Order: sequence, then structure tokens, then C-alpha cells
Amino acid sequence: MRHSVTYTFLFAGAVCVICAVLVSTSAVSLADRQRANALQYKRKNVLIAAGLIGSTEKVTAEEINKRFENVLPVAIDLETGETVEDFDTASYDQQKAKTDPEMSREAPPNLSVIKRLPKYAVVYQLINEQDQVEMLVLPIEGYGLWSTLYGFLALRADTKTIAGLTYYQHLETPGLGGEVDNPRWKALWPGRVAFDEAGRPVIEVIKGPAGPVDEDPHRVDGLSGATLTSRGVTRMLRFWLGEHGFGPYLAKFRESRGAS
Amino acid sequence: MASPANKTLLDPLVDNNPITMQVLGICSALAVTTKLETSAVMCVALLFVLTLSNVSVSLIRDHIPSSIRIIVQLTIIASLVIVADQFLKAFLFDISKQLSVFVGLIITNCIIMGRAEAFAMQNGPGRSAADGIGNGLGYSAVLLIVGAFRELFGAGKLLGYTILPLVTEGGWYNPNGIMVSSAGAFFLIGFLIWGLRSWKTDQIEEGV
Repeated sequence: MRHSVTYTFLFAGAVCVICAVLVSTSAVSLADRQRANALQYKRKNVLIAAGLIGSTEKVTAEEINKRFENVLPVAIDLETGETVEDFDTASYDQQKAKTDPEMSREAPPNLSVIKRLPKYAVVYQLINEQDQVEMLVLPIEGYGLWSTLYGFLALRADTKTIAGLTYYQHLETPGLGGEVDNPRWKALWPGRVAFDEAGRPVIEVIKGPAGPVDEDPHRVDGLSGATLTSRGVTRMLRFWLGEHGFGPYLAKFRESRGAS
Repeated sequence: MASPANKTLLDPLVDNNPITMQVLGICSALAVTTKLETSAVMCVALLFVLTLSNVSVSLIRDHIPSSIRIIVQLTIIASLVIVADQFLKAFLFDISKQLSVFVGLIITNCIIMGRAEAFAMQNGPGRSAADGIGNGLGYSAVLLIVGAFRELFGAGKLLGYTILPLVTEGGWYNPNGIMVSSAGAFFLIGFLIWGLRSWKTDQIEEGV
């Protein structure tokens, strides 16, 4: 059946309009739910990093919101470490900001294949009953073997001792680099000291087993068969704890508490 | 004797299975079958898109100008996949994170375009719906089998529950690394095709 050109154009137009209506209706009507889901996901991972939820624990949205009441999101300027007021932390997407030239800058040369740094970062402060900051949860990322690993590093209030390390997104090989998710490896982190006496980040994932926390505070067991992923973890931790990452923020935080 | 409608529905399960017989949709069969859960969600998503796409194409089959036929089919398929993706992000967020790009890749799944061209363009909406459901179920059968094998032997789990305790978690099972990779999925599908053709020898092509 041969159709006229006009008919073809009209048909194509009609198909486009109908499909567009279908797609936009579903997108708009589901947008609120999706936003709520994305926020829950972020909050859940912050809580897991802070140790307030077990990594395999199944929690409802209400539980997440309840436990998140003790967590204060704080927006900071990454370069200066200054806190930023009036910032919409709930909807801020750090990954998206990296692609926006206004909201990001080129990263200095680093070993973690981090190409751009966002202008602002949202860190999370865990507040205890005495209204004091007990823990800081910092978003980190860096390249492993096959992919960029995204996670949170939790530091105790002294800003030197690690409280936990959790990755929520990565594509490392299951059973090898993927063992960053293994609870028994994650349990090796609390109590390790990230910095040396001079304040340099020296935390390292070594090859082979490290000693217990009190005897070997700066080193963590390597992941068997996952040298490059382990190296990636070391590099990204040192980057984000250093002067180009959260170093300035941690310094400002220590100042504000009057500690040295 | 099965009525034509039943035949349309049941053929793609074994006799004309999209993956083992028509050899379509292999890519997603390799990619998402590392876990049974993601395989199952992919199956449902594909069933949804395939059936609705077949019905939609069939409804307008006499009116589509042949010069833009393929693109019109693609537009319909892409829109349905976007809607499916939106639903996943709204109601099954954690799983949608695991499926990530592969939901979008349903658009490129050869089964959907293949059935639209080969069946929906020549048959009524009722038959096309049956064909869509049949092929979707045939695809699901293969994906669930491959997914179960890969998760069980690659990670010692099924649907996240530990069946074979892994050495890395204090157990005895040393997981099979090949099962985790796409190559393993490819071998499994090959074995499935081999097994199916040994059972139903009329599926073997001439001259082989």
C-alpha cells in the first residue's frame, strides 16, 4: 500500500505525539515516588556506613527516616572546607554536579582516576544525645580495577580514627574486588587510624594480613586476589583524606571544636 | 489438537523458543543473569514490553507507511521501555539500581523487534498478544534457568539466600568463577540448545 508523503508525515507526527504523552505522563506521575526512593537509598547507605544499620538488614522507609533523625547533612565547599548555609542537601546530586562546569572543577592529577571534583560536597554528621558530633560520614569515590567505587568513609569525631568504610556502588569482580562488600573485611576497619603523627594520610590496604587494630593501626588486610582493587581503596582514601579532598574540611572541623 | 491461539501461545516455550531456536535476545540473557532476582525482573519487564509492543504494532499494522515502518516500531518499543523503567524506579528502586542500563537495553533486544516484524505486522491484536506472551514466557524460561545456575554455582546463593556457603564466608564452597562471567552464561545457553535439540531432534537444522 503506497501512502502519500503527507500521510507519512502525519502518521509519524501522530505516533510521536501519542508516545510522548505516554512517556511524559508516566514520568511526571511517578517522579515524586522516584525522588523519595533515591533519597531513601542515599540515606540508607549513609546509615550503613555509620554503622546504624547492618549492611544486610532489611529496613522499611520509616525505620530509615527514624534512624536518620540523628544525622545532620552539612554542605561544604570542598576546596575551602567552609560550611555552606541554605543548601538543599536532600536533592543535591554530587555525581550530576561533576558534569556541570559551574558546579565543578577539574581535579588535580591523582591516582584514583578522578577527573572532576564537585564544588560542594554533602557530609553527614552523626549527633548524639548530648548534641555533640560523634561521627563524620564522608562521600568518597575512586577507581578500582574495572569500575569506580562509590562509598562512604565514617570517621570518629577526632577526625583521625576510622569508624567504618562502606561501598554502595561498584562493578568489581564478585569474589575478588567485590569482597569490599564482605562484612568480615569491613569489620577490620573500625578503630584504624588514618593519619600519622604529622597528619599525613597513611592508611593502607596491604598485601596479606595486617595485625589487630591496636598493634597495626595504619594498615588493613588486603583482599585476596584483588591487588588492584585494594590499591584503589588505599589511593582513594588517601586522596579524600588529603588536601584536595576533605582535608580542609577536617581541619576546619577540628578548629571549630577547639581541638588541635 | 491445540487451537491456533493456543499454538501461538505455547510454541515459543519449547518448539520455537526465542533464545534457543530463534537465537534472539542473547545479549541480555548473558548480562542480567548473574542473579536470579534480576533475571526475574528482566523477564517481567520484557514480557510487559513485548506483549504491549506486539498489540500496538498489530493495531496499526494496516496504516503504517512502509517507508517508516521500522522507525515507528522502534518508537513504540522505546516508549514502552521508558515507561517500564519509570515504573521500576518508582516501585522497585533497589532492583532498578542493579539492573541499571540493562532495562534501557531492552529497546535493543532483538526479540521485540523480531516479533513485531515477523508476527505483529501480519496478525491481529489477539494473536499478537498471545505471541508476545508466548515468546516472553519462552525467554523467561531460559533466563530463569541460566540465572539459577549462575547464581547458585557462581555465588552459592539463590535469590540472595545462601545455599552453598562460600569459603570467603566461612563455608566450604569455592565458587565457580566462569559462572560469574558472561562466557559462562554463553556456555550454559549452548548446553541448553544442545540438550533441547537432543530431546526434540526435529529442531536440528538441515545440513548440520
